[in-house]
Amino acid sequence: MEIGLAHYLTVAAILFTLGIFGIFMNRKNVIIIMMSIELMLLAVNINLVAFSSFLGDLVGQVFTIFVLTVAAAEAAIGLAILVVYFRNRGTIAVEDINMMKG
Amino acid sequence: MGRFLLLGQGGSPRGYLMVVQALAFYLFATVAVLSATAVVTVRNPVHSVLLLILTFFNAAGLFVLLGAEFLAMLLVVVYVGAVAVLFLFVVMMLDINFVEMREGFLNYLPIGVLIALVLFVELAFVGAGWALSDDKIAVLAHPTPAGLTNVEALGQLIYTDYAYIFQAAGLVLLVAMIGAIVLTLRTREGVRRQKISEQVKRDRADTLEVKKVPVGRGI
Repeated sequence: MEIGLAHYLTVAAILFTLGIFGIFMNRKNVIIIMMSIELMLLAVNINLVAFSSFLGDLVGQVFTIFVLTVAAAEAAIGLAILVVYFRNRGTIAVEDINMMKG
Repeated sequence: MGRFLLLGQGGSPRGYLMVVQALAFYLFATVAVLSATAVVTVRNPVHSVLLLILTFFNAAGLFVLLGAEFLAMLLVVVYVGAVAVLFLFVVMMLDINFVEMREGFLNYLPIGVLIALVLFVELAFVGAGWALSDDKIAVLAHPTPAGLTNVEALGQLIYTDYAYIFQAAGLVLLVAMIGAIVLTLRTREGVRRQKISEQVKRDRADTLEVKKVPVGRGI
């Protein structure tokens, strides 16, 4: 019944896999893809905090704070780019984003 | 994890608390995994964002179980309070036919399931083959200090050893903020609004002209 490190690692692995799965399933919708990326970052954070807690090393939690920071910045910039793109092209379908194709 | 275990003194209270801890873990983990599954599979992106919020709440619960209270609160404030609401705003702001975007969902199902399965099996192998060395205590960078709350311990670490990196994190957020503003700001033509700088810049020469008017002729 004791909850060990393996339990948390399993949850994190499942969440990470779901993030990858979401990227593959929603090939057209950029918003869902960004949410999948957030899920994957959350899984990484759970891993870091679990190791930090079970090894008794605080640095893992410090690193988690920085991961959170970068994830928040990424979400803000990504959504801003999305809004600008929608304003210019009227769509956010991933298949239509090919203007920079050589 | 320690909190619950340390509270128990004798045989039965300790066992009782461990059961409570296990139940809480399974509750948070189950809801988190189910809502994460729903995030990537539901039709409506608004529901998707709301389920993402639920996932983050349950992950915060897992963080509390792990003894990382500060990060749990940070997750709730940053993700539920800011990032998820940002997603919600964008989803509602964009006028998109999301039903159309769902087309081809089932075409990608086999490859998606396959790749997810391969990845999960790989992760399971890594998890199973991983072992902790006995002298791990010797290589800890910053052992968790005893007798301090999580917030105090983290604060003592962040504001001393990691002060510069902490500043850099603030810089990242500043750049992200400026970037988001620069990207989305647009100046619309034909809108009459007060331009204070132009008002201040005016001087007498721009607006006043003194004419010598000859008597009896006018201008």
